[in-house]
Amino acid sequence: MKRKWNWPIWVGFLVAVAGVFSYGFFARYPTTRDFPWANLLLLGIGTALLVVGLFRAFGRPQLYRGKIFGSIFTAIALFLGAFFCYEIFYVLRQVPPSTGAPRVSEKAPAFTLPDQDNNQVSLADLLSAPASSASTAKANGVLLIFYRGFW
Amino acid sequence: MRSFQDKLSELESRGIRVVGISVDPPEVNRQQSQKLAYTFPLLSDPKAEVIRRYDVLHAGAGPKGTDIARPAEFLIDSNGTIRWVNLTENIAVRARPEQVLKAFDERERGGGN
Repeated sequence: MKRKWNWPIWVGFLVAVAGVFSYGFFARYPTTRDFPWANLLLLGIGTALLVVGLFRAFGRPQLYRGKIFGSIFTAIALFLGAFFCYEIFYVLRQVPPSTGAPRVSEKAPAFTLPDQDNNQVSLADLLSAPASSASTAKANGVLLIFYRGFW
Repeated sequence: MRSFQDKLSELESRGIRVVGISVDPPEVNRQQSQKLAYTFPLLSDPKAEVIRRYDVLHAGAGPKGTDIARPAEFLIDSNGTIRWVNLTENIAVRARPEQVLKAFDERERGGGN
């Protein structure tokens, strides 16, 4: 008798892989980036389907295929999931403590740096110039955003 | 930073200037700000001097183990005094413009300068 196609293994594997590789997409939106619940949800659904597929393959091997490739796919999915969790819950949290950073009500350290057009810009300039030519609001402060860079 | 570009008019209507700082050279900043259509300045601190001055250095975290800035946001008032700081504990979690607007508005209501 020809054995049946064990679809939960294939679908589960694809969903789990999509869960890891869609990180770049979901990271574009703060609601799915601050905590990557969408990726973890896909990983969870994918793993559950793989488990269902494996139960079929090992429980009723005369009816369903997938003992060997099901095990391989599940191992790959689990490895990818473990790598993802390591990155998300460990690597991304390795941030220096910055205990010497200026605090609220302290003076902001002065600086002069070149902008994207190589004009020298100082903090004093930024604090005294209006926020934009389009806006009539008077200069009311500066938001400094330190970022890792594009490289 | 994309989210700050999206909310830039709300920040600028309050007189708040938005400025980015990283170790990227001006050429990279020019390319990126054109590509992403950023209208606020990106400042270049390749030797991480200002980044060190603010103690937001992430040593060895850049390409080939170079020093870069960790994500951090400082709101400075027109007198040069820091009014709000956000030092994330997770590289993926950054300040949102709504937090900055809230901090600014609460201070305005509280009778600041």
